[in-house]
Amino acid sequence: MKRLLAFIKKEFAHVLRDKKTLLILFGMPVVQVLLFGFVLTHEVKNVKTLIIDQSQDATSAKLISKIKANPYFKIEASTLNVRRVEQYFKKGNAKLAMVFPANFGREHAGLHRTKIQLIADASDPNYATTAENYLTAIVQDFNSEINWEADIRYTIQPEMRMLYNPELKGAPNFVPGVMALVLMIICVMMTAISIAKEKETGTMEILLLSPIKPFWIIVSKIIPHLVLSVIDVISILLLSVFVLDIPIKGSVLLLMAESTLFVVNCLSLGIFISVETSSQQAAMLISLMGMLLPTILLSGFMFPIENMPEVLQWGSNLLPAKWFYTIVKAIVIKGLGFPAIWKETLILLAITASLLGISLKRFKIRLE
Amino acid sequence: MRTIKFLLGKELKQIFRNKSILAIIVVAPIIQLLILPFAANYEVRDIDVSLVDRDHSSYSRKLISKIQGSNYFRLTHCDDSFDKAYRHIESDAADLILEIPNGFERNRILEKHQQLFIAVNAINGTKANLGANYLIRTLQEFNEGLPTGAMNNSGLAQRSNLEVVFSNWYNPHLNYKRFMVPGILALLVTMIGGFVTALNIVKEKEVGTIEQINVTPIKKHHFILGKLIPFWVLGNVVFTIGLLISQLVYGIVSEGSILLLYGFITVYLLAVLGFGLLISTFCESQQQAILITFFFMMIFILTAGLFTPIDSMPEWAQFTTKLNPVTYLIEVMRMVILKGSTLTDVLPKLGVVALFGVVLNTWAIFNYKKTN
Repeated sequence: MKRLLAFIKKEFAHVLRDKKTLLILFGMPVVQVLLFGFVLTHEVKNVKTLIIDQSQDATSAKLISKIKANPYFKIEASTLNVRRVEQYFKKGNAKLAMVFPANFGREHAGLHRTKIQLIADASDPNYATTAENYLTAIVQDFNSEINWEADIRYTIQPEMRMLYNPELKGAPNFVPGVMALVLMIICVMMTAISIAKEKETGTMEILLLSPIKPFWIIVSKIIPHLVLSVIDVISILLLSVFVLDIPIKGSVLLLMAESTLFVVNCLSLGIFISVETSSQQAAMLISLMGMLLPTILLSGFMFPIENMPEVLQWGSNLLPAKWFYTIVKAIVIKGLGFPAIWKETLILLAITASLLGISLKRFKIRLE
Repeated sequence: MRTIKFLLGKELKQIFRNKSILAIIVVAPIIQLLILPFAANYEVRDIDVSLVDRDHSSYSRKLISKIQGSNYFRLTHCDDSFDKAYRHIESDAADLILEIPNGFERNRILEKHQQLFIAVNAINGTKANLGANYLIRTLQEFNEGLPTGAMNNSGLAQRSNLEVVFSNWYNPHLNYKRFMVPGILALLVTMIGGFVTALNIVKEKEVGTIEQINVTPIKKHHFILGKLIPFWVLGNVVFTIGLLISQLVYGIVSEGSILLLYGFITVYLLAVLGFGLLISTFCESQQQAILITFFFMMIFILTAGLFTPIDSMPEWAQFTTKLNPVTYLIEVMRMVILKGSTLTDVLPKLGVVALFGVVLNTWAIFNYKKTN
């Protein structure tokens, strides 16, 4: 026990000595959660729109003013020539063009049936379809207003309720995701570096000479980073409650316990990487190049997992961040208790145990 | 010139000596480019509906079959109470609850309008909004399909019908990969360039070999150039492999000139490598360098407009994306590959990136001190 304490003290000294690293470790999660809480949203707003009104009559003017009043769209120009659209699209100065036919008003008055053409820059399909959908909804709304005046029909009145996030903000979705992402990368990288560094500078030999068991060497590596990460978790949570306005609906204690579990999970992944590699550079590049994009793309907070091909859906199960993301959403936003997340917790536990087990097995007590 | 030649020789030897790093630099992007684009699909479809039908009339059944017939919805649960349906939302087994109240059919005949209750899981706001939109549209279509009221039968009023026709330029089949593959390639090239150079000078500091270089008559800019050129070549190699993959595997053929793409990536790499080198000159250990680079890379990547649209950000954030080199690369890749934009379209962005390159590299040269 005394030996272990001495080792832990040594690791703490390593961590606390490097002030620049320490500053980054504490500052980074704070800055990133704030930044992403305010900035990231899948919402499509201020769509740069071109209006090509070839009819210029009262009906089209009415519809255009309706679109102008809508915060989703920003009218860039009302050019008359359709040929100019391509120029705008190629320079990236507009994303959507709405073309009214030359006889729009007349057709509408006479035949009660007319067409509006929407041209979208679909190079980003997500953006294009969402914008098209919003605009179609406005047109249909306009249409039913006209119909309302023309005849009285029975209608189905849907009463809509948006659960959990009535203002449809981006933050409730992104904050749990960014939290998982930031913790993941920091924890994995920090521990991955720590053993690889000992190997690189040659101090590993000294560690191995000591009578302490490999298991305790690993434990002593994990503990200081665990403490740091838990402080990070607390600061992230404080920020999201008081600055981003996302109250924690469920139990804070449960959330802290789950976060600690996730941190330990990431730390053991870091240990695993550092056992397998011999240099700091390799350890860092693997933990960054290997983790960053897959975690962003596959953990479900950027892109819905159910849209992925089955192989990837299955593969995403191996990512601890995916499970943690689900857990945080359940506790913070839905306010659920442990019975709702025991499965995810068990999976995280299993991943942690197997990572630690493998690392211990592969931990070489002899240097070549 | 001779000095640079020798420095290049040294750097190349060091790069090729370490096979495991070389493998990470070249293989990791290839694997990711082959896998990740499949994951990036934001299309909203297969919305899982949990249904609470309290009416059980022929009319409510008609509505249900109409919803089932749409491509967007999947009827996953039929519950007898709202609370049970709510539990499906909690466990993510359903995205939306549709409750048809008792007397739905009767009200239609007596009062000519009915209420429907819809509750949407809105944690993901956009998905919720779109899902709700689709459902309202389906309901409207259902409305239109019903026998018309008394007024219409007399032929006095005719219903207005505004149809919206879509044309999706540059990507008519709305193929998400056409957009994601060039974007992910841009990110991978950026990450490799940034991380590897950030680690480079700092490693010499950590191991101590920098002092040996400092006592030689090598000029500062020679030293920086010697670090820059090998990774610049490496970046171009990775970019070329990526282009080949996008053509052979994903069938994405550039609409615009490949030469223009290479011209842009050449200038762009100078900017990113300069950024890495600058960080490298500021730090004392590889650990610091990687953490700082990671900090910036994550911001660069997530705000570059690939995953979430820039136009939707608050104004101050839109301004910061102008300082983000990755934004320009992703935008230009999209412009040239998908839209066939020409040099004149791209020129302003090329100018900004070139400016980044000059500023960052000059700064790195000045910040690298040969004396302690």
